[in-house]
Amino acid sequence: MGDVIRNRYEFVVLFDVENGNPNGDPDAGNLPRIDPESGYGIVTDVCLKRKIRNYVDTIKEEKEGYKIYIKEDVPLNRSDLTAYSYLGTTEKGIKDLKKNDPDVDRKIRDFMCKNFFDIRTFGAVMTTFVKAALNCGQVRGPVQLGFARSVDPIISQEVTITRVAITTEKDAENKSTEMGRKSIVPYGLYRVEGYISANLARKVTGFSEEDLELLWEAIINMFEIDHSAARGKMAVRELIVFKHSKEMGDCPAYKLFDAVEVHKKEDIIYPRQYKDYSVTIHEDQIPDSVEISRKI
Amino acid sequence: MSHGVKVRVWGDLALFSRPEMKVERCSYDVMTPSAARGILEAIYWHPGMRWIIDRIYVRKPVRFTSVRRNEVKDKVLASKVLSAVNGGKNPLYISTKKTIVQRASILLQDVDYVIEAHFEMTEQATDSDNPGKFKDIIMRRLRKGECYHMPYLGCREFPANFELFEKADIDTAYPGEDKDLGYMLYDFDYSDPMDIQPMFFRAVLRDGILELRDCEVVR
Repeated sequence: MGDVIRNRYEFVVLFDVENGNPNGDPDAGNLPRIDPESGYGIVTDVCLKRKIRNYVDTIKEEKEGYKIYIKEDVPLNRSDLTAYSYLGTTEKGIKDLKKNDPDVDRKIRDFMCKNFFDIRTFGAVMTTFVKAALNCGQVRGPVQLGFARSVDPIISQEVTITRVAITTEKDAENKSTEMGRKSIVPYGLYRVEGYISANLARKVTGFSEEDLELLWEAIINMFEIDHSAARGKMAVRELIVFKHSKEMGDCPAYKLFDAVEVHKKEDIIYPRQYKDYSVTIHEDQIPDSVEISRKI
Repeated sequence: MSHGVKVRVWGDLALFSRPEMKVERCSYDVMTPSAARGILEAIYWHPGMRWIIDRIYVRKPVRFTSVRRNEVKDKVLASKVLSAVNGGKNPLYISTKKTIVQRASILLQDVDYVIEAHFEMTEQATDSDNPGKFKDIIMRRLRKGECYHMPYLGCREFPANFELFEKADIDTAYPGEDKDLGYMLYDFDYSDPMDIQPMFFRAVLRDGILELRDCEVVR
């Protein structure tokens, strides 16, 4: 494992969807999530974290140190005992271990952080043996994501579709097609903002420079391995990273985010493609000590 | 010498969960003192000091919205980790398909607060610690936007922008109005780590200000 990150980061991700449903709302029959007051589209933080986890899981294939704790599917049962030697335990009983080693809570936390990329990155809720010993109860990961919101209000469109295969025998006697529904966003450009705390990386989870590179890679490619009938065409269009010169940071996060201006071009009424938008970074509003990079 | 600060915090969404409705989470109308303390601690904290919240100013009208999400109900079990380490058969992971639950959260929308707080020294302060030093660090961090980790409004997915509030007058959304918010969580009593107890207080929003000095705390 490489060196632990030493700088605070903030990042802005712009991603778009074309004729797809980026994130269904269970409260609204799986229509795309919309802020009911303003009509802006929403994609939750957990939706994007799921995609980052899936990407890392696909790329690393359970490689040591890059396991994913919260998975979508049943994994191949590959229990690699060498990876577990960290705890250095041969004791069978949990009670004995607890008695002999008062540090076991912290060791379990470190073990989980070391082995699981998602815990190292996003954190996890862990339980301990004794009810009120809250020492390692929670791990806050360094990476924090907000909700993604569309740049302009979105329209969701219901598309009725038919299929010729009928599910039950009984239905097949009476009809030859079944109707279904899909809801899509014709086009939407979404923006999400994220934060990385170097302190939590150093003191708690050990999130390293290598992990950071993997995270950028995962963000850039998160939709590339997530194609499905529901999603349509989704792509990450921009990953703008602000690297502070210090662990604590050089300036407020909102100033950096305010410096990234995204709006549709003047002559466009109905945006339908990424080209209909312009992205400007006002570098004069950003302190010189903050390093800006566009990763795509 | 006063060691008080006024910090403005704002954000698009917030969720200060009511403990009585924590499965399908529902936010309090305003920020709780413990959430305010958490925000200040995200900016600066040291074992030698303790934040005390004096007042919370509510600068935007209280508005709610709701979001339902697929959540996982399990935690990382220490016993499961140990059995995996000891060569147990069960693979170490949580399958979201098995443990998925859909939960709605009722969130606050478009919030803006000013937290008025001060700090006190604790017994853990060393000889080189003094209030002036802490105050200097706090003011520098607030002015420059430095933080230990990004503060948040109740939950981590709702980041809190923050800045030092320097104007003398603080406008609120409810001038000339009294709102009784009922009993609200004040904070947790961590004095006995084996038995952490919640504390509550009767929250009344007077002119949009939640007064926390000399409030009666009920356990």
